[in-house]
Amino acid sequence: MTENVSLGMPQLPAPPYPQDVRARLEEDAREIIARYPGSRSALLPMLHLVQSEEGHVTRTGMQFCADMLGLTTAEVTAVATFYTMYRRRPSGEYQVGVCTNTLCAVMGGDAIFEELKAHLGVGNNETTEDGRITLEHIECNAACDYAPVVMVNWEFFDNQTPESAKKMVDDLRAGRTVEPTRGAPLCTFKETARILAGFPDERPGAVEATGGAGPASLVGLRLAKGEAPNHRIVHPRGEVAGQEGE
Amino acid sequence: MTLAAELDNARPEKLLAPVLSAFWDQPDSWTLETYERHEGYQGLKKALAMSPDDLIAYVKESGLRGRGGAGFPTGMKWQFIPQGDGKPHYLVVNADESEPGTCKDIPLLFANPHSLIEGIVIACYAIRSQHAFIYLRGEVVPVLRRLHEAVREAYAAGYLGRNILGSGLDVELTVHAGAGAYICGEETALLDSLEGRRGQPRLRPPFPAVAGLYACPTVVNNVESIASVPAILQRGKEWFTSLGTEKSPGFTLYSLSGHVASPGQYEAPLGITLRQLLDMSGGMRPGHRLKFWTPGGSSTPMFTDEHLDVPLDYEGVGAAGSMLGTKALQCFDETTCVVRAVTRWTEFYAHESCGKCTPCREGTYWLVQLLRDIEAGRGVMADLDKLNDIADNINGKSFCALGDGAASPIFSSLKYFRDEYEQHITGKGCPFDPAKSTAWADNHKEVTA
Repeated sequence: MTENVSLGMPQLPAPPYPQDVRARLEEDAREIIARYPGSRSALLPMLHLVQSEEGHVTRTGMQFCADMLGLTTAEVTAVATFYTMYRRRPSGEYQVGVCTNTLCAVMGGDAIFEELKAHLGVGNNETTEDGRITLEHIECNAACDYAPVVMVNWEFFDNQTPESAKKMVDDLRAGRTVEPTRGAPLCTFKETARILAGFPDERPGAVEATGGAGPASLVGLRLAKGEAPNHRIVHPRGEVAGQEGE
Repeated sequence: MTLAAELDNARPEKLLAPVLSAFWDQPDSWTLETYERHEGYQGLKKALAMSPDDLIAYVKESGLRGRGGAGFPTGMKWQFIPQGDGKPHYLVVNADESEPGTCKDIPLLFANPHSLIEGIVIACYAIRSQHAFIYLRGEVVPVLRRLHEAVREAYAAGYLGRNILGSGLDVELTVHAGAGAYICGEETALLDSLEGRRGQPRLRPPFPAVAGLYACPTVVNNVESIASVPAILQRGKEWFTSLGTEKSPGFTLYSLSGHVASPGQYEAPLGITLRQLLDMSGGMRPGHRLKFWTPGGSSTPMFTDEHLDVPLDYEGVGAAGSMLGTKALQCFDETTCVVRAVTRWTEFYAHESCGKCTPCREGTYWLVQLLRDIEAGRGVMADLDKLNDIADNINGKSFCALGDGAASPIFSSLKYFRDEYEQHITGKGCPFDPAKSTAWADNHKEVTA
């Protein structure tokens, strides 16, 4: 990370948001602050909020948070740089995160990540030239029973293979609708950040998309109920690509 | 042997006990309507008929222990909250599920978020709290969506907000999304993060029960612990203690993952064994055998096939030299290189170390350097003792349990697989082919297609 640290001249104050943008964000910020007994608790959701405006946490966004919460920009920067979900520079519309923590890595996450790097021509934390996809490897995302897992804008793509992952990124770049195995049809990274700021997803059908529990979540229950004695059918591994997005 | 016991032996799946997961397969399982059709919010009604102190005593007598890893008795945690102190009290639910291998709270909240909300209202009544928070890790937007919706439904139905069910109880519930930091699963780091700061653990004492969120008395509980409370109220503590073992009563979610035939969630009484779980679920993937596994995530010392019959409860796993943790049973077969696995876990701990204390910050960094060298065939024999030595300087000397967790895979893998480390050193490289470990390695049809 050190190569990204600027050691040059002190920077001029961050340019402010245009007035209409600021007015809109102030209204959202006040709603966030009202959720908490102490206003500073609003900082994490507000960083998600400014990320939903510009796609990453800019100096303007951090200045805005500092102004609204009565903090210094140093205090805001200290927090913004601590958490991995806040981006520090412009990135793609879709964040494709391949889990390479031990279990997913062993089950094929390493292979998926390598193939995606080659397929997209980008390295870790880099964005394709068309601005569509930022590729990164991520840590355990609490879906080990669906390994290997890929997250796109923090929706679950379970039981992936190199082929299914490559098809998925091709579809994203071609502008086709892509649906996760668990979660709602993908929205942009900015729209995702707004949900993370605590504003519910208003799209019809988003909450119920992909139904109740995923198949792996149900294996124990089905077994206890005497259903599906042949568990081999529960996991058609690698057939995720078979669900046609068109 | 009783007839029932014989039957159980004949049908091992009868050892399961779905409670929280009992209706995950029903249509729209996440909705209030489905929850109410399955005894939803009945436990709350029973709780509200008791005095808060009696309620705390009841949960204590049920023997419910924390499901987030440490196994601390839930009722006792509630009892520690000083009453009549004039300060606001807070309940904070730890939904920052990030321990490698752990995958129980996320499917629970995705399929049945109301069980948590009901548990929250009960707990708030017990500890006299009027404001609760769910700290959900940010990287799970599908779950966040359903929590937003479930909280909206609960407010609309009068289970949250003012004068809940006419009892005079007021509870506000705020869903708070984190921003990507494993350390925030540590309860005091979580509190700092919830206060809008960097997620770094606090020095204790004071404990959160005395000075937690905004320096007020605070209970921090795991999702599964709180979600288990409504069923205890609804079906009774006697029912709860009839499940599991004497010191580890009740049911819990076991998460089977890795090279097994049927990875997934298995809800069972505490004390079931991995052998039983594998027997009923089809075992390891065909043609392979178990090599090593974790009982409760990567921070719990690993086990081998010698430990298949260890009862998976707090005492049983502890006696065998590990911890029950989060019951994240990550199973790896003989194709897996243990050095590769431990290196990757250690890289994770180094990445997630918050940097506050020296043993963890520096120690995890140097462990990674040594392990990468060994994995790449550049290690020397003295490195193995050095690994042990560094891990020993982290374990018990760090600010919080993240450091102890980082030491666990080092100690345990050196204990059971020292020869494999030595093989990497003498053979100047890794003897394993990672392609054989993948989920599709044995899927020959797909390879030729």
